[in-house]
Amino acid sequence: MSTEVETPAAGPADHGPPAPRVDAAQYGLAAVLLVVGAYTVYDATTLEVGFADPVGPRIFPIVIGAGLVVTSVLLAVAAARGSRPEPEAGEDVDVTTPADWPTVLKLVGVILLTIATVTWIGWALAGAVLFAGAAWALGSRTLIRDVLVGLVLAVASWYGFVVGLGIPLTPGVLDGIL
Amino acid sequence: MENLGLLWDGLGAALTPMNLLYAAVGVLLGTFVGVLPGIGPAMAIALLLPVTYGLEPTQAFIMFAGLYYGGMYGGSTTSILLNTPGESASVMTALEGNLMARVGRGAQALATAAVGSFVAGTIGTLLVAMFAPALADVAVEIGSPSYFALMVLALVMTATVLGASPLRGLLALFVGLTIGLVGLDLNTGQPRLTFGVSQLVDRLDIVVVAVGIFALGEALWVAAHLRRKPVRVVPVGQPWLGREDLRRSWWPWLRGTAYGFPFGALPAGGAELPTFLSYVTERKLAKRSSAKGRGKDEFGQGAIEGVAGPEAANNASAAGMLVPMLALGLPVTATASVMLSALQGYGIQPGPQLMTEHADMVWTLLASLLIGNLLLLVLNLPLAPLWARLLRIPRPQLYAGILFFACLGAYATNLDPFDIGLLLVFGLLGLAMRRFGLPVLPLILGVILGPLMETKLREALTISGGDPAILWGEPLAIVIYAVLLLVLATRPLLSRWRSRTESRMVAEAAADVVRDDGAAVGTEGDQR
Repeated sequence: MSTEVETPAAGPADHGPPAPRVDAAQYGLAAVLLVVGAYTVYDATTLEVGFADPVGPRIFPIVIGAGLVVTSVLLAVAAARGSRPEPEAGEDVDVTTPADWPTVLKLVGVILLTIATVTWIGWALAGAVLFAGAAWALGSRTLIRDVLVGLVLAVASWYGFVVGLGIPLTPGVLDGIL
Repeated sequence: MENLGLLWDGLGAALTPMNLLYAAVGVLLGTFVGVLPGIGPAMAIALLLPVTYGLEPTQAFIMFAGLYYGGMYGGSTTSILLNTPGESASVMTALEGNLMARVGRGAQALATAAVGSFVAGTIGTLLVAMFAPALADVAVEIGSPSYFALMVLALVMTATVLGASPLRGLLALFVGLTIGLVGLDLNTGQPRLTFGVSQLVDRLDIVVVAVGIFALGEALWVAAHLRRKPVRVVPVGQPWLGREDLRRSWWPWLRGTAYGFPFGALPAGGAELPTFLSYVTERKLAKRSSAKGRGKDEFGQGAIEGVAGPEAANNASAAGMLVPMLALGLPVTATASVMLSALQGYGIQPGPQLMTEHADMVWTLLASLLIGNLLLLVLNLPLAPLWARLLRIPRPQLYAGILFFACLGAYATNLDPFDIGLLLVFGLLGLAMRRFGLPVLPLILGVILGPLMETKLREALTISGGDPAILWGEPLAIVIYAVLLLVLATRPLLSRWRSRTESRMVAEAAADVVRDDGAAVGTEGDQR
């Protein structure tokens, strides 16, 4: 336990000997960014340049898009030669364990639910569902307590924003009750 | 001293009972959020920005100042009381600070961090008040080509000098610049990269981008790799400093400040290198003075100098970053870029004219920083045991809370669920960046500086009628590009020296810990 002095994030990652296994997911990242870069260049070519404008709105996006294309190709090359990313460390992060993608998907689902319902049921309820749902997705099994905490947070923040800051968050179905 | 007079006026504007209340609320909120594990100062400010939406600019600035120093201080509390540092700037504080906490001197570690932050913050803020106006006077004279060169310098250095992989830094930078393109072209009014979505035409709200990348991205990344074993929080009493501790802390505070301030003001400087240098210096000095029979060398067993120095360096660099931010409108750290984006919310554009056009606001901000710094000391020394208890919040509820406030912040910007969707997109981008080791800072700087860079580029090329030679047609621009080339050429040497010294330090510290392990564990058992 006490020998756990973590080395800082900045280390000689890409100067060391190449790792035996290629991190293939990096090809996916490179491909996505390549498409984004290419689209940026294409989008720029559809713009019109005005008369008295020697530069126009095109050059800057073309340079950036091209830069993105070049760097993503370079990333793919580096990945093929065994360069591996250094995942970010943190207080609550244990990068030695395999990633727990189901939890991430559940959280994304909870946020999508919030997007779909917030206008209809209002922030006070949607926020409570968001908190309780996220806590459940992260492994909490005290559902009733989480719902209560979520309700208190959401209702308090609703009043704080509407009354304290003058920002009219939607009351939704609770219009007239709050 | 005309500057001090202006600072005095700023103090007058900031010092009303109501404003003091805002400062106190800011300090408390900032510390509260900063103490929470996994939340650094940049993320704390980004999350708390919505709280300032309804306020007048002056009050909002005062609250920012409190949030800023509060968030910084909260971060150091976390790294002293938990085993693992949250961000690169607190790695060095955590090294000796956690050792101190484990041998029962956590209270002294927290106290030297708090007083050291206060000393460094106050000196640093006064230095900003001295230097920034002079620099701003020069800055308004800087032509578009040189200003463009300055931004290229800041971006390229941030992308390539910091972090482990220059390629991934550049990739992050280009992604950020691309995000900055979304919206109407400033000159011709044509939409770019909007896919016909009306909410995108208005340019992306920087708060949504920052909260998505910093807060939601971090929460999702933690969710993917949550440390399942229980965290150990070292119990702590009331912080105080004895005469002996004060004597030993004094010089490290000042030396740390001297390291931190200039680095903070440099592009790609940040707090990482000065905290490291301060730690190395204090360690060497302690070794030398104990060899001469004066003082003792407690490094490896929790030396107070090893907390006092880096912590002061950290805060002084946080003040130093205000110099380019206020004088040139150029953010060089994540925290500065979030603060600058907050200023944009009040219709204040970043750029060299910031200090001349909004002088009263800048002076109020500087005065508020001094007030926030003092309040931090007054409020947080007594409250430290309470903050320490926050570290025990169960992780599912903690990260659910971060998600909750991130969505609330995004929703409150325009009251449009679309913004929560954007938040999710940037949260997923933030997750991907952490997975693929892409640094966050170049991306955020790219988003903020991209539009400004394009404006300056087009200004310059319009003057020259499209001839790109104007970009290196000014002496200052040539100097800046020369500096950039020089830094890029020497980067491999610098990083090799650093990683060698760093790994030696860590190895030595680890060896010390193993040697003293028995003693440390014994003390902890006694405290339980």
